[in-house]
Order: sequence, then C-alpha cells, then structure tokens
Amino acid sequence: MRDNRAWLGVLPVLLIVAFSAVIPLMTVVNYSVQDIFDANTRIFVGLDWYRETLRDPRLQSALLRQILFSSLILALEIPLGILVAKSLPRAGRSVGLWLVLLAIPLLIPWNVVGTIWQLFARPDIGLLGATLQNLGFDYNYTAGTLDAWLTLLAMDVWHWTSLVALLAFAGLTAIPDAYYQAARLDGASRWQIFRHVELPRLTSVLTIAVLLRLMDSFMIYTEPFVLTGGGPGNSTTFLSQYLTSMAVGQFDLGPAAAFSVLYFLVVLLLCWLFYTSVMRNRDAH
Amino acid sequence: MGWMAWTLPTALFFAAIGLALVTLTVLELVWPTAARRGLLPLSTTRGDRFFISLLAAAFVHVGFLGFSDGPVWIASIISCLLAISLMRWG
Repeated sequence: MRDNRAWLGVLPVLLIVAFSAVIPLMTVVNYSVQDIFDANTRIFVGLDWYRETLRDPRLQSALLRQILFSSLILALEIPLGILVAKSLPRAGRSVGLWLVLLAIPLLIPWNVVGTIWQLFARPDIGLLGATLQNLGFDYNYTAGTLDAWLTLLAMDVWHWTSLVALLAFAGLTAIPDAYYQAARLDGASRWQIFRHVELPRLTSVLTIAVLLRLMDSFMIYTEPFVLTGGGPGNSTTFLSQYLTSMAVGQFDLGPAAAFSVLYFLVVLLLCWLFYTSVMRNRDAH
Repeated sequence: MGWMAWTLPTALFFAAIGLALVTLTVLELVWPTAARRGLLPLSTTRGDRFFISLLAAAFVHVGFLGFSDGPVWIASIISCLLAISLMRWG
C-alpha cells in the first residue's frame, strides 16, 4: 500500500490558497453576476456586466494601452537586460559589487519609485525635466501624452531591467567554459557565440524573465498612479487603474467584479502559455 | 457565507467544477493518466486537457458576449462540444 502521508504536508498550502485565492475569486465571480447596492440588497443580472464591460470603449482603450505598454517594456527591457548581463564581469572581486548595485532599484518600493521619478521628471525643479527644458525640449510629462509615456517607460526600464540582467547573468554563468573554447576553436565571432552558444542556453531564464515582466507590467498600478495619475486625460490609465476607479472610486462592484474576472482570465491565459513554453523548452533540453 | 453573495447559478457553476475535479481525482486513482499527444500541439495529461477545456470555454463565452447579442447557451453548447473534443482527441 502506498504511503500517502505526504499529502498532509500539502494541506497548509491548500488552506492558504483556498483562503487567499479561491474563496476571494469565487466571491468576485458571485459579485460579477449581481447589481450590488449594499450588503443586503443585490439583484441578479446574469452576464450583463460582462457584456457591458467587454463593449466599454474606455476599457478597450485601456486594454490597448496596456498591451502597448507591456510590449514596449518587453522590447526594451529584455535586450537591455541581456546587454547589461553580457557587460558584467563573470569572475573577480567586483562581481558582487556589480550585482548589489544592479539589485538596488529592485529593492525600492513601487510607490517610492513613482515619487522619485515624479520629482526627477518635474519640468520646473526635477533634474531630468529641468535639464530637458534648459536644452530646449518642450518636455512636460503632466501635459504631453508622449512625454508621459516616455517618462513611464524610462521609469519602468530603470526599475526592472536589473531583474532581467540578473536572470540573464545567472544563465550566462551557468554555461560551461568548454562551449566557449569549442566556439573559439571554430573561429566563431562574438555575435556567433552569442547567437549559437549563449542565446539557446539562456532560453529558459529569458522565458522566466519575459513571463515575470509581462505579468508585472500587465498588472502595473502604483508607479503610473503616483507619477501621472493616469493622465494627461486617460493617456496613461492602464487596466488596474481603471479597475480601481470602478471598484473604489465609483463603487460599481458588479461591473468591477466582471472586469476583474476578465482581467484574471487574460493573465491566466498568458501564464499558461508561458508555463507551457517553459515546460516544452525544458523537455526539449 | 452571506458575505460571499452566493447565487444559485454561481453555486451550481462552482459545484460543477468541484465535482469535475473530484471525478478527475477518482479517475486518476483508478485509471492513472499518461501524457499523450493528440490534436493539441503539446503533450497533455487528462488534467491538462481539462484545464485547457475550461480556459477555452471561458474565452468562447467572452468572445460570444463581446461580439454577439445572441443567447449565451449557444456559447455554452460550443464550449461543451469543444471540451468533449479536447478531452477525447486533444
């Protein structure tokens, strides 16, 4: 007879997941099919909130902005992270120092990052904003959509490229030296070594990096909220911020719950796609 | 449980998912699954195919609600057929 006592070890995790994820998710689904007036007054509306939410032009534009933002973040941070990792020394006493320096932005809380960049980019007193103004650029992230987007992208790149760099560095240091020696014997150029030796070996860590950055950027809230407040207009209002304004600002719990379920489904789909991709890569190796 | 704002349809929905998970667990004990490759471009177990079926059903409903004014049971029937196909040949 098999010893199934190990399942008892899983029990605490199951309880934690149930209370922190499953029960709240079920509650959100329950809310999403009702018009909630107060704790005791609720009207069943079926899937009307889903229909309304899916056809809401403000949500559609927030989703498009979100996709654009996440795509740009990945396009910037992944190559930059690899470049930084490639530039780091692989051995020696300075490696630890570089890794600590790289990790510093990751240790700063998100709202503090937003505040730092809000001050840094201010056109009147901020180092970045005032410098650009003095150089003749008409830069004002509170008034110009392009300026707001560029500032947000710069802030996110500053905050999170280190994560990609650290993951890529870990992947690079795991490549045995014999591969490089073989490539050098074959007369491979630096680009060829990167393309045919390093990049295939980095696939797993880069997939994790892409997954982490995609998920995180797709759920971004605090930094743009602190930096631009979603403006100018709605130009930097992403899904999380729109959802919060519905749920907390307008107290539209039914539509906000439907929105949350749809948001969850998109994130779940992306997670599953990347998880499958990681597993396939692992099996292939 | 009043704070969870239960309704009969959502209770039935979650009960059906719970029942399906229990059924899969019992099936696994009686008849252990093996990963196999079917119509889907990846090797899947019974549980994988069930998860994919649920996810596909959710997106069929989302698509239907987003683009059609027709009754939702059409999406449900499409989802059921899709789930059966995925479980059998996926």
